[in-house]
Amino acid sequence: MTLRDAVALLRETGDFTAIQEAIPYARFMGITAELVDDEVIGRMRYSDHLVGNASVPALHGGTLGALMESTAIFKLLWHGETTAVPKTINITVEYLRGAGPEDVLARATFTRHGRRVANVRVFAYQDDPERPVAVATAHFLLVQE
Amino acid sequence: MSDPFLSQKDEIRKRLEGRYVGAVPHNQALNLRVVDYRPEHLSLALPYREDLVGNPETGVLHGGCITSLIDATCGGAVIMSLVAPRRIATLDLRIDYVRPALPHQEVICDAHCYKVTRHVAFVRASAHHGDKASPIATSSGTFVVFRDEGPRSEEGAST
Repeated sequence: MTLRDAVALLRETGDFTAIQEAIPYARFMGITAELVDDEVIGRMRYSDHLVGNASVPALHGGTLGALMESTAIFKLLWHGETTAVPKTINITVEYLRGAGPEDVLARATFTRHGRRVANVRVFAYQDDPERPVAVATAHFLLVQE
Repeated sequence: MSDPFLSQKDEIRKRLEGRYVGAVPHNQALNLRVVDYRPEHLSLALPYREDLVGNPETGVLHGGCITSLIDATCGGAVIMSLVAPRRIATLDLRIDYVRPALPHQEVICDAHCYKVTRHVAFVRASAHHGDKASPIATSSGTFVVFRDEGPRSEEGAST
């Protein structure tokens, strides 16, 4: 299934499985998403190859950035009006505390969802949503040329 | 006059390849490769792979693995600017995608740790396909440097 077909299917069913299947990197990272009370929740399933420091152990900072960027894109695809995939203009990731060897969840909020550009804030957490391990702010270009 | 860096260059490469790239599971999973290094500077390459693609319609690598490449390279540049080995952790990292990446090409990140204070290191980086004058992404990051010796990290955040 093409990514566009997967996006169209998501809009009909609210199921992110086809999106994850269509994105090789999401499969490699174990990144997926689901709708919980109509909110998009991203998840990165723990795997040994996501570790950045084996002696702690702690997840690699880049993997947290990947989950948060993906969650923002998943949310934009769910709420978007076209099947075009948003392009990341920039992302700032802030690391707040170490992320242990377990699943990471992420929740995104639109600070501004314009026609051309969206500003998205993302929180990544493990056991307690009130204690995020990392947060991110990202801008996405929504129009396709 | 002998240059202490040149006299230790091979030893430093071994340490970068062994402890920094090789001993970090996610850097290993991405097959990151040491391209170049000198005091305050590090360049790492992320080889192109189909399973790292973000959009199968374009064949371009996902931004997430570029983030991991830039984070790893910036952290390594901090290590290249420290006299003694220290535990470090990323505080923040900003990445601007200034032009689309091309499919089927490896991405190289050049990072420069341009200032280290007692507790904080500042890094600038850019990612490109081999032509430094034509970056795909530019980046800046800050890292905390732990002056106390501990059993923890060279990579990733910690409490």
